[in-house]
Amino acid sequence: MSILLIAEHDNANLKVFTLNAITAASKIDQEIHVLVAGNKCENVAKEVALIPLVKKVIHCDSPNYENFLPENLTPLIIKVSESYTHIIAAANTFGKNFMPRVSALLDSSQISDVIKINSSEEFLRPIYAGNAFATVKSNDKKKCITIRPTSFEVASKSGGSSSIEKIEAADIPNISKFIKREQIKSERPELGTARVVISGGRGMQSSDNFKLINAIADKLNAAVGASRAAVDAGYIGNDHQVGQTGKVVVPDLYIAVGISGAIQHLAGMKESKIIVAINKDGEAPIFSIADYGLEADLFEALPQFLDELNKLNTIQK
Amino acid sequence: MKILVAVKRVIDYNVQIRVKEDGSDVNTDNVKMSTNPPDDNAIEEAVKLKESGKAKEIVAVTVGEEKAQETVRKAIAVGADRGIHVKSDNYIEPLGIAKILKKIVEKEKPDLVFLGKQAIDDDCNQTGQMLAAMLGWPQGTFASKIEHKDKVIEVTREVDEGLETIQINLPAIITCDLRLNEPRFASLPNIMKAKKKPIEQLYAKDLGVDISNRIQQVKVEEPPKRKGGIKVASVAELVSKLKNEAKVI
Repeated sequence: MSILLIAEHDNANLKVFTLNAITAASKIDQEIHVLVAGNKCENVAKEVALIPLVKKVIHCDSPNYENFLPENLTPLIIKVSESYTHIIAAANTFGKNFMPRVSALLDSSQISDVIKINSSEEFLRPIYAGNAFATVKSNDKKKCITIRPTSFEVASKSGGSSSIEKIEAADIPNISKFIKREQIKSERPELGTARVVISGGRGMQSSDNFKLINAIADKLNAAVGASRAAVDAGYIGNDHQVGQTGKVVVPDLYIAVGISGAIQHLAGMKESKIIVAINKDGEAPIFSIADYGLEADLFEALPQFLDELNKLNTIQK
Repeated sequence: MKILVAVKRVIDYNVQIRVKEDGSDVNTDNVKMSTNPPDDNAIEEAVKLKESGKAKEIVAVTVGEEKAQETVRKAIAVGADRGIHVKSDNYIEPLGIAKILKKIVEKEKPDLVFLGKQAIDDDCNQTGQMLAAMLGWPQGTFASKIEHKDKVIEVTREVDEGLETIQINLPAIITCDLRLNEPRFASLPNIMKAKKKPIEQLYAKDLGVDISNRIQQVKVEEPPKRKGGIKVASVAELVSKLKNEAKVI
């Protein structure tokens, strides 16, 4: 067995989810080779070579891969994939974009969003937005797998020294073109990777009241989330939505404020390590999954919360 | 321009999912079913293109059991011109569905195929991309905005870091995000009219493609239940617990 893992990067630095995917891959087999395809991405190839779990780096440099268009990446991955049994990438918008193309051309049925590796052919994956877990066994010779990054630890980035093999670019079909990328600028950590998330629901009553949430987010270096109800009410932009139709988050600490706990919201946050609920309705379903519930009026509780946090002098960032 | 829209019948998104006692699957007996939510966005976008004069014909297609044709009827009620129902009583993996859709595309020769970005039952997020690869077509996945410009289409995509805009040649595959548009409801007269529109029926097994499943579902289980926690009496107690017990701040 041997694994081909597709690295995600921005041509300058490796993206962290690749490290989660490498940890997952190491539970299948130790022969892990990482494909770094990009434009002038030599530093990324060198960065990957230092990861102790990586046995070999395959580096392909070409303007064709600068923006990771799936139409261009797929022929390269197909060409490289020949000698591998497993092809792996993170199940984020990067991996989800190209992996099914690779899978289709290899006539292999992809296993998406794996959260646990049982063996080299058996995997656990959530279905119905995490409302059920399916154990699946793949009978394909070559398996294409995407890994849910937050279900695996980040692999160590230093101490290794694998070889870097340079390869030629593959032909591209010339049917797609990159135009632009607009990053949502925020001083705060990204919702999908933040260690702490604080979310507001319909109970916030207005977009102005989200300043109470923002103040605590700044103090805890947290990302700000919201329930669908708060987004639909126009209190906050939909890029903050946590839930089945928004983002799935798995932080160390999730604080739900004024959120009742609809199924659709729980699907996006119930795997968080510690859940805190602040709600004045003691019967709200969110309390049944919260580690710490505080039945209180959020407009009194949030300013007090900030005061208490200010009293602490050691907040982990 | 001709547009093909693929739709799927799934358990309604408001239904609480229950796992069967024997752990073989999720219970679908006597459960409310409806069109996969982002597939509604796919139909809506096609209808908008027709209303703006850019599309001439919309064909809705589904693969599934007898009742799956309800989703095609709904698509027609919203604005599709006709429908195709590829019948199959068994679950078919996205790989097999993509092969079936490829056959339909070869027959219908659309310029654009719209699909939802993901089905809310198996959460695979594969069919559109697989179909694109099999046809050698470009794809605009997780589309939140599209702009048709003659022989190309500009697609704004919802990606982890924000938005990405690409330009793809026609013919192309677009998979739709919920943010693409606001799906309309079918009016009662249109629902009545849709009942008379033709739906062509085919059988998956007659299409000459290998739709055998490659993945065996070993078991389905409820996710581990979270233990209910405790209620704290005050904010001070909450902060103290978070610091000293949970050690997360």
